Amino acid sequence: MPEETLLKVRNLDTFYGGFQALWNVSLEVKPEEIVALIGANGSGKSTLLDTILGLIQPAKGSIEFDGKDITTLSPFQIVDLGISQVPEGRRIFPDLNVLDNLILGSYSRKARPKKEQNFKMVYELFPILEERKNQLAKTLSGGEQQMLALGRGLMSNPKLMLLDEMSLGLAPIVINSVYKALRKIRERGITILFVEQNVRRSLEEADRAYIMEAGRVVLSGDVADLREEEKVKKAYFGI
Amino acid sequence: MDLKVLADLSPPLLMGILLGGLYVLIALGLSLVFGVMKLINVAHGDLVILGTYFGFFAMTGEILGHRISIFGIDPILSLVIGIPLLFVIGFAIQKYLMSRAVQLSMEAPLIIAFGISLIVQNICQRLWTPYSRGLTTSYALKSFSVGVFHIPLVYLVDFIGALIVMIILREFLRRTYLGKAINAASQDRRAAQLMGINTDRVYAFAFAIAMATAAIAGVFLGLTFPFTPTSGVSFLIIAFGVIIIGGLGSMLGTFVGGMILGLAQTIGGHVLNELGLPGAATGQYLFLYVIVLVVLAVRPQGIFGR
Repeated sequence: MPEETLLKVRNLDTFYGGFQALWNVSLEVKPEEIVALIGANGSGKSTLLDTILGLIQPAKGSIEFDGKDITTLSPFQIVDLGISQVPEGRRIFPDLNVLDNLILGSYSRKARPKKEQNFKMVYELFPILEERKNQLAKTLSGGEQQMLALGRGLMSNPKLMLLDEMSLGLAPIVINSVYKALRKIRERGITILFVEQNVRRSLEEADRAYIMEAGRVVLSGDVADLREEEKVKKAYFGI
Repeated sequence: MDLKVLADLSPPLLMGILLGGLYVLIALGLSLVFGVMKLINVAHGDLVILGTYFGFFAMTGEILGHRISIFGIDPILSLVIGIPLLFVIGFAIQKYLMSRAVQLSMEAPLIIAFGISLIVQNICQRLWTPYSRGLTTSYALKSFSVGVFHIPLVYLVDFIGALIVMIILREFLRRTYLGKAINAASQDRRAAQLMGINTDRVYAFAFAIAMATAAIAGVFLGLTFPFTPTSGVSFLIIAFGVIIIGGLGSMLGTFVGGMILGLAQTIGGHVLNELGLPGAATGQYLFLYVIVLVVLAVRPQGIFGR
């Protein structure tokens, strides 16, 4: 019987280089949901993702994943438990080829035995990666690199994927295909929490959303409700 | 250019290439640690010499003025223990010292490395006296002939040893999960962590591997040159020269760097001899240093540098 909530973030305070980046942030993600984290630059979205993955230790609060307390765990332990982050800017390994980038995605102990079946899934979702598997990652186009980053994230056999600003620097057509892939990933039972600056896009793709401002969650709920919210309409749609 | 000049050049040319092999071998560990952890291990030369002294101990059984007669092992054979020993020392240095130093400040790792350098030098001096030594095995004194000329056999052994170590290291970095992880962590540490790679452990392994190559380099060095507890510094400088010339992060670059330095040294020495100038034995090193300066001035990132 799976947990009701997959990810439970409670009352998180995080400091980043001497100043407080997150103020009493709470968030929940249920299995097989797509949740959006919306906000302008500097609102704390990336800091929240980094804290969830253990790259930053929170000063206060807790993070629970799949019933386990992961607040003080290291990134490699959290990845092994089933959270995968596709970072802002892709950050693929430029001097390794596509195949090696993907292989590295399966580095963790639990992901290695699943390597072959995950390769199949990644190549099905992104056939271009199989075509270009011997090419150096830095020679790929922006959209292809984003697919590689997603594929790499899938290779770690995640239950939850954290996606940080996937559309940055990509053409609209490419962004469409990336979100299409996201929907297919959800169909395979993987839960998604994505960070996106484009509010309209976020509300189209997600089931629920959290809106952040200056390190706090200011609004949250089902996207249908959020679209009707006066504040959202004014602030983001200029109505 | 008449034939005699060419013929005259062949021994120094060949010697330069072979000697360059030893220099590559010495530089490999320094290059690996800098490439992966961006750490300048100023203790590298001394740790290589520590490897040399371990080979010496295995060969002569001499320690603290006493002689333990059950030894008498060929130094290359002693690497069976020497390599794991230095591997473990390297793992511990990175895991317990360097990883913490890096969090303190940019200078802390350098200072710690300097401290390790002093400690190692003094340990070697205590255990094996400051007198000049050599790994004088039976084959260390032999030469082979190329035409009319004689070249020390150890030079050839050094070169072959260097090639073998380079190829093994390259294949390890390319084909194994840990090797790929080391590669990835050196390109983007954060992204490597996102892959579920324990970067602290990977760094420790990288340092350990670097020390394992230092153990090998130490034995070959001892077979080729006389050494004292303070010889490490001169070889550190040469190792630096190799990676400055070859460029960082490229094994081919390290190889070419070593060749160029070896050749600069031997051809320089040959020129000094031909010109009838005294002091070719030490003067040859001048050419080595000059080449490093030239590369730094003209192409500071090295020939194959990124």
